Amino acid sequence: MSLQFLVDGLLVGLLIGLGAIGVTLTSSILRFSNFAHGEFITFGAYAAWSASFAIGALTGGTLPALEPFSFSVAVLAGGLVSLVLTALLALILDAVLFRRLRERGSTIVVVMASFGASMALRSLIEFAFTSSPVYFTRDLQIAHRFGHGIRVTPDQFALIGAAAVLLVAVHLLVTRTQAGRAMRAVSENPALARVVGIDAVRIVRFTWIIGGALAAAAGTMTGILVQIRPGMGFDLLLPLFSAAVLGGVGSVPGAILGGVVIGVAEAATVQFVGAEWRAAVSFVLLIVMLMVRPRGLFGGRA
Amino acid sequence: MSVPAPEFAAPGFPALEVRDLVAGYDPGLPIVNGASMTVRPGEFVTILGPNGAGKSTLIKAIAGLVRVTGGTVRLGGTEITGAPAHLMARHSLGFVPQTENIFALMTIDDNLRLAVGALPKAERGARMEAMYALFPDIADRRRLMAGRLSGGQRQMLAFARALAVSPSVLMLDEPSAGLSPKLVEQVFTKLADVRRTGVTILLVEQNARAALAVADRGVILVEGRERHEGPAAHLLDDPAVAELYLGGRRRAEGIGA
Ligand SMILES: Nc1ncnc2c1ncn2[C@@H]1O[C@H](COP(=O)(O)OP(=O)(O)OP(=O)(O)O)[C@@H](O)[C@H]1O
Ligand SMILES: [Mg+2]
Repeated sequence: MSLQFLVDGLLVGLLIGLGAIGVTLTSSILRFSNFAHGEFITFGAYAAWSASFAIGALTGGTLPALEPFSFSVAVLAGGLVSLVLTALLALILDAVLFRRLRERGSTIVVVMASFGASMALRSLIEFAFTSSPVYFTRDLQIAHRFGHGIRVTPDQFALIGAAAVLLVAVHLLVTRTQAGRAMRAVSENPALARVVGIDAVRIVRFTWIIGGALAAAAGTMTGILVQIRPGMGFDLLLPLFSAAVLGGVGSVPGAILGGVVIGVAEAATVQFVGAEWRAAVSFVLLIVMLMVRPRGLFGGRA
Repeated sequence: MSVPAPEFAAPGFPALEVRDLVAGYDPGLPIVNGASMTVRPGEFVTILGPNGAGKSTLIKAIAGLVRVTGGTVRLGGTEITGAPAHLMARHSLGFVPQTENIFALMTIDDNLRLAVGALPKAERGARMEAMYALFPDIADRRRLMAGRLSGGQRQMLAFARALAVSPSVLMLDEPSAGLSPKLVEQVFTKLADVRRTGVTILLVEQNARAALAVADRGVILVEGRERHEGPAAHLLDDPAVAELYLGGRRRAEGIGA
C-alpha cells in the first residue's frame, strides 16, 4: 500500500489549516461566518502572481528558479507583497461593509453580506484574470523517493516547512503575546475584555490582518503547488469551515489539526476510493463532528 | 470627552461623583433615572436596593458599559461621562462585574497578564507578584484554567484582576452572590483588606448586613434613584429601612454579626 496520501494530505491539510485559522478567528472574535474568506485566498494567489510578475519585469526579465525548487526569488517577494495586499483587502472590506452591518447587530445580515462579497470578488477576479488558470511556473520537479511508495518533490518539502513555520508563529502569537491574549479575551467575553482595557476595534483590525495574511500565504502556496484559478478559494470554503468546526471554533491549534485531518482524509479518499468523492469528505466530517461533538476537538464552549 | 490621567486623584475632589445620571439599554426606557452620589477618597460606600432597582445598570453606566443619556460622572474631578469602557480601565477605575468576571478559558496567569497590560512594561511583573501576594489562594494555581477555580477562588481572581492596575476607585457588583456563608465571609474580609490599602470602594450588594458592616456609608437605590443614604451604622439600625430594603428582618437576622 502506498502511503503517498499522507504526504499529499499533510501538505494540503496545512494549507487548509492556514485558511481555517482566519475562519476560526473571525467566527470567534467578530462572531460571524465569513464566506468571503475563500476569496481572500484567491485574491492572495493572484496578488502574489501579479506582484511576482511585476518584480520579475522590474529586475529585467525572469529571475531563475531557486534550484532545486521551482519558484524564483520574485515569487517569494510576490508572496510577501500579497500578504500585505490581502490583509489590506480584508481591512477595507471590513471598513466599507462588515463593520457597518455589525454595528446594526444582525449576524445573519453580515453573513449574507459576506456571501455577496464572495461572489463579487470572485467575479471581479475572473473579469481581471479570465477563467483560465495561471501558473507561477510550469517546470516539472524530480521527486525524492522514500519507500512505502512515498515521493516528495522539493517544492512540497519547502511548502510543508513554510506552512509549519507560519502555523507555529501564529500559535505563539496567540498564546504568548499580549495581542494574542487580547484576541482570546474578546473572543470569550467582549464586555469583560473592554473592562480589562482592551480596545475591541484594534483587536478586530488585528484579526483581519492575521486572517488576510494567512489566506494570502495559503493562496500563494496553493498556486505554487497546483495552479491559480478564480474558483480556487471558493472550492476550499467547505474544507476551511469543516477544519474550523472540527478543531473547535476559536482554537488555532484546532484549526490546524482540523485542516490536517481533512487534508489526509481527502487524500486517502482520492487514493483509495476515487477522486470524485473528495468533495464529500469535508461535508461528511463536518456533519459527523456537529452531531458527535459540536464544540470540536479543542473548543472550550458548546 | 476627556479621560483622566492615572495620577488624577487631585486633592479636594471626590474620588467619584455621580450627578443626575440617566442611563439604560433602550433609548426610551431609562433604568437609572437621575441617580446622584458622591464617594470621597478612601471611602467605602455600598449600594443596596431591591432586585431590578438598577444597581448593576448604574455601575455599568459609570464603567462605560451602558449608554448614558443624561447627567455626569466625575472621577477625581475629571469628567468621564460616556467615555468608552476600555479607557476607564486604563485610568484608575477598576470594575468587577456581577457575572462572568474572569476569563474562564484562560489561565490565571493570563488573566492577570491581560490586566497589567494597561501598565507600563516595567511595572507589570512586580504588580502581578503583588497580586499573588495579596491573593495567595490563586498564587499556587497560576497555570490552571480559571474556569476550573471554585466560586470563591474565582471571586479572588476577579478582585486581583481589577486591582492589578492599582485603580483609585474599585467598583464591585455583588461579589458575594452565590457563595457559601464561609466564602461570603472571606470575600468581605478581603474587601476590608483591600480597603486598608487605600483603595476607594463602591460595592453593590444584596447581602445588606454584611455590606453595611464593612462599609462607611450606604446608598439605597430604588427605581433608578437613591432613596435613602447615610452612615452604614445608621442605616443598619433604621428599622424602616431594614424592613423595606434590606430584605426584611428574617434575612437581616440570618446574616447579622
Ligand atoms: N442587558 C439588558 N438589556 C435590557 N434590559 C436590562 C438589561 N440588564 C438589565 N436590564 C433591566 O434593567 C433593570 C434593572 O436591572 P439591574 O440589573 O440594573 O438591576 P439590579 O438592581 O442590579 O438587580 P439585581 O439585584 O437583581 O442584580 C431590570 O428591569 C432589567 O430587566
Ligand atoms: Mg445586579
